Amino acid sequence: MSDEQAAVLSPEKVLEQMKKNGVTDVVWLPDSETNWLFLLMEAEPSLRLVGVSREGHACSIAAGLSAGGNTPVVLIQNTGMMESGDSIRGWLISLEIPVVLMVGYRGYTRHGVNKDTAADFTEPFINAFGLKYYLVENDGDAERISVAFEETERTKKPVVILVADEFHGFNR
Amino acid sequence: MMHTAELLKVYREHRGDAITIPGRGGRHWVPMSDEPHRDVPLGDPAMGGHSGFGLGLALAQPDRKIVLFDSEGDLLMSMGILTTIAEQNPTNFYHFMLDNECYATTGGQPVPNAKNVDYAAIATASGYPKAHSFTEIEDFTRELPGILDAPGPVFVALKVYPEIQNEAIGKRRPWQVRSRTEVVGGLRDSLK
Repeated sequence: MSDEQAAVLSPEKVLEQMKKNGVTDVVWLPDSETNWLFLLMEAEPSLRLVGVSREGHACSIAAGLSAGGNTPVVLIQNTGMMESGDSIRGWLISLEIPVVLMVGYRGYTRHGVNKDTAADFTEPFINAFGLKYYLVENDGDAERISVAFEETERTKKPVVILVADEFHGFNR
Repeated sequence: MMHTAELLKVYREHRGDAITIPGRGGRHWVPMSDEPHRDVPLGDPAMGGHSGFGLGLALAQPDRKIVLFDSEGDLLMSMGILTTIAEQNPTNFYHFMLDNECYATTGGQPVPNAKNVDYAAIATASGYPKAHSFTEIEDFTRELPGILDAPGPVFVALKVYPEIQNEAIGKRRPWQVRSRTEVVGGLRDSLK
């Protein structure tokens, strides 16, 4: 089975998980693969989209939303997660903000022969921050998103969902 | 130029029930505030993020007035946040910015192009419907009630004297009386 056949995560399934877990706000920076998810989120009246111009902003915005009683999710790419290191430390971990970071896993391949350094550094980066993460490759993995929401609420630490279908895309 | 403590005293008289994020004015604000349960003194969790935190809080609590005292060093690090705030257009958000033209907590080195940046113009160019600049306490005192009575979002640049700290961080007397998690927990409790 090729990568393309194996990894199919539908944007409808991701949106379903967001709604199931009471997400109120999606703080995000678009990447090249998520346009279809964007269109679905934009059409969903229960969600507010907060677009940012740099991923670190998403962390402090999510912290404010959470402190104010909302349930945000941060939707960014792995490159932006790495750019956000100090904001993850200061605005999420040190304030004990329960938030799920849905991170597009740019460069991911199932066989592990990556051609993109973004993929090489993604999991070591998350481990360096001591965060738990779950890999979601296809619709069958989608329930792990709910596990992440339960875990972040219980531990008061950010939990990362690595969206490994990012390379194949939410575009249609 | 204004003294930060002086302008915060003026603000105190007009805060009403606003939730106040004092930012780098925290060490002056915490001892003078009459309503600490409505204060969010976080110190410096990570530079550049106060405006984002204020925006998030304003969006989550649209019926409460959110007042932030940001700094120009923080804003320079996150200038793009102004476009996000303007797009979200939170009418309950009052974005003040203390501009001392330097990085005071690291010894007073100047911020880039310190004396020549028009932050209010940048805010309106980013989409804020209103922005003001003040250098004199008399002008600020006169205009503040009207600013706070009108809907936001509004950006207010305030020229302040630098209060430069040169001693090692570990030797500085902490002004915080609550930890950051206690502050956030207290905020959550007060919003219930």
